[in-house]
Amino acid sequence: MAEESYLTDDFLRQLMNVGEVDILIGLPTHNNVKTVGSVVHTIQSGILRGFPRERAVIINADGGSRDGTPELVTGVSIDDMRASNLHALRTLHSISTKYASSPRPADAFRTILAAAELLRPKACVVMSPESANIEPEWLSKLLRPIFDDGFDLVTPTYRRHKFEGLLITNLLYPMTRALYGLRIREAYSPEFGFSGRLGSQFLGQNAWNDETEGAGVELRFTLAAIAGKYRICQSFLGDKDRVERHAVDLVPALRQTAGALFSALEPDFPVWSVVTGSQPAPTTGSDQEVLLETLRVNRKRLREMFLAGIAELESVFQSILSPSTLAELQRIAHLGEEEFRYPAELWVRTIYEFAASYQKSVISRDHIVQALAPLFRGRMFTFLTENRNASAVGVEKNIEDLCLEFERLKPHLLELWKSRE
Amino acid sequence: MREMIVSELSQALHEMARGFAHLLPRIIVMLILAALGWVIAYVVKVVLRSILRLVKFDKLSENAGASQLLSKAALPSPTEVLSRFVFWIAWLGFILLGVSVLGILGLQEQVARFFLFLPRLFVAMFIMFFGLLAASFFSRAALLAAVNANVPSPRVLSLAVRSIIIVFVLSIVFEELGLAEQTMLVAFGIAFGALMLGLAIAFGMGGRDLARRFLEKKIVRGKKEENEDELSPL
Repeated sequence: MAEESYLTDDFLRQLMNVGEVDILIGLPTHNNVKTVGSVVHTIQSGILRGFPRERAVIINADGGSRDGTPELVTGVSIDDMRASNLHALRTLHSISTKYASSPRPADAFRTILAAAELLRPKACVVMSPESANIEPEWLSKLLRPIFDDGFDLVTPTYRRHKFEGLLITNLLYPMTRALYGLRIREAYSPEFGFSGRLGSQFLGQNAWNDETEGAGVELRFTLAAIAGKYRICQSFLGDKDRVERHAVDLVPALRQTAGALFSALEPDFPVWSVVTGSQPAPTTGSDQEVLLETLRVNRKRLREMFLAGIAELESVFQSILSPSTLAELQRIAHLGEEEFRYPAELWVRTIYEFAASYQKSVISRDHIVQALAPLFRGRMFTFLTENRNASAVGVEKNIEDLCLEFERLKPHLLELWKSRE
Repeated sequence: MREMIVSELSQALHEMARGFAHLLPRIIVMLILAALGWVIAYVVKVVLRSILRLVKFDKLSENAGASQLLSKAALPSPTEVLSRFVFWIAWLGFILLGVSVLGILGLQEQVARFFLFLPRLFVAMFIMFFGLLAASFFSRAALLAAVNANVPSPRVLSLAVRSIIIVFVLSIVFEELGLAEQTMLVAFGIAFGALMLGLAIAFGMGGRDLARRFLEKKIVRGKKEENEDELSPL
């Protein structure tokens, strides 16, 4: 119960008033007043429909909102549900705490886990406060496998556009699959369900104040579940929210995914080094659905930024990449727009060499992650080009081929890892 | 007369013999101190080299850019250079300690000044090393940020950051060493002023077209891309 000291006295009092629960819904927020009201309504609706007999609590961990988000979360009344003919047999509590004056996802998640440790729920779920597509059924889809089938972690799968989530499809999914041996499509997601025992085990890990500053804690949670041999499944939710992001958001996204994955590889070495091949994770609903509508994407700019990166960051890449990989990247940088391709094999070698350099700390680890951004843009360009006219099946095949390439070249990473000195 | 000369000579010889007899133990002490100093300095060198290898000092120096400087000057690795430097400083310290035992008045003052200078030398070296490390780190950070933000001429920006930090560090080092403080102050003022002026001119004149193109690109692209979709990487 050391985590009690992490929580404020006021929050502890609120938790004691709630008492033990069956379901805990974690809602990390920061200035989400525009969307959080409807998200809380949907959560309440999902609980009343799917779990009317269970004791449930919504825990809002707020990172210093100034727009009244916490008040809105605690103020949404369950009476509003009466219009929908839904009635709770048990109390549905909704409490809020401010864990810091600035947002930090790892601290928000830690607060939710610490609350779960005290309230001892059978199942927990974390929901995104920004989701515009959230449906009441998502609660059941993420909680039922834990409640009924004894799973410890339920990760979502979504219906996405074929060009959305390229960092997931071109790096995170294939690399986690190749290294950890389990085919989890969305290892990093803002929505997921988990058992109390998994939450408790992760809370006890002393990894809250490492150099990554908690970036990508959701991914680390998934990896910890795989490494700890917990029971994991996937559940299809529906449409993934299309969040408009600018190109500059790529670096934080890389920190949360590639950075978190690279940093997990060192402690997890005994786990992933003995894994060969991969196994599918049990999945409810579709594994992945792809939308094919036309998108206008500035591919030319992606290639320009790749070329600028190759030209300007040569000294940085010399510290990270092997001479042959760097020479190959410089060669493709000289190709014209029509001939330019960043082939899967070269991409996989690049990623593995980045991971090994990250482990060896050849330069600042954050700089290594940042240096990946222009190369990823080059890979994006190639993926967009190769799949411009591809069908859903064709896109899936290309992703599968990339995954197999990651699996095939895994010995290269092991070799790099072992030559650490 | 003859007896007087003989007596003076024998007295002088006696004085010399007494003086030599008086000095001989001190010379022996000096030699012992020098020999002991060599052994201690050697042990210090070996221990320091092991510690530096353990903490991967060479890699740290590589990040600071010190390794590249040394290899250009055909010198061994930073670990070896620092170990040897400490060995010589330690041994020299013992030799000078031995010399001071001889009791030669002028030398004693110089020896005392040498020992007073040592801490300042080490502090200056410390500042220099970490200054180079900071210059390397922040210039790389500027380079990466500029490349990822698609800023024109990222290497110029990175070089400017490195130069400013190195100029600052050098001025602190010279001040710490107490070398030509006034000259260094004036030189620093001139160098820093010139750097800033150079940057301003370079940015204003040399970068005029670049800035125009950059702004045009931003504005024109801003309009053009209104109809283009941004891809979410996650």
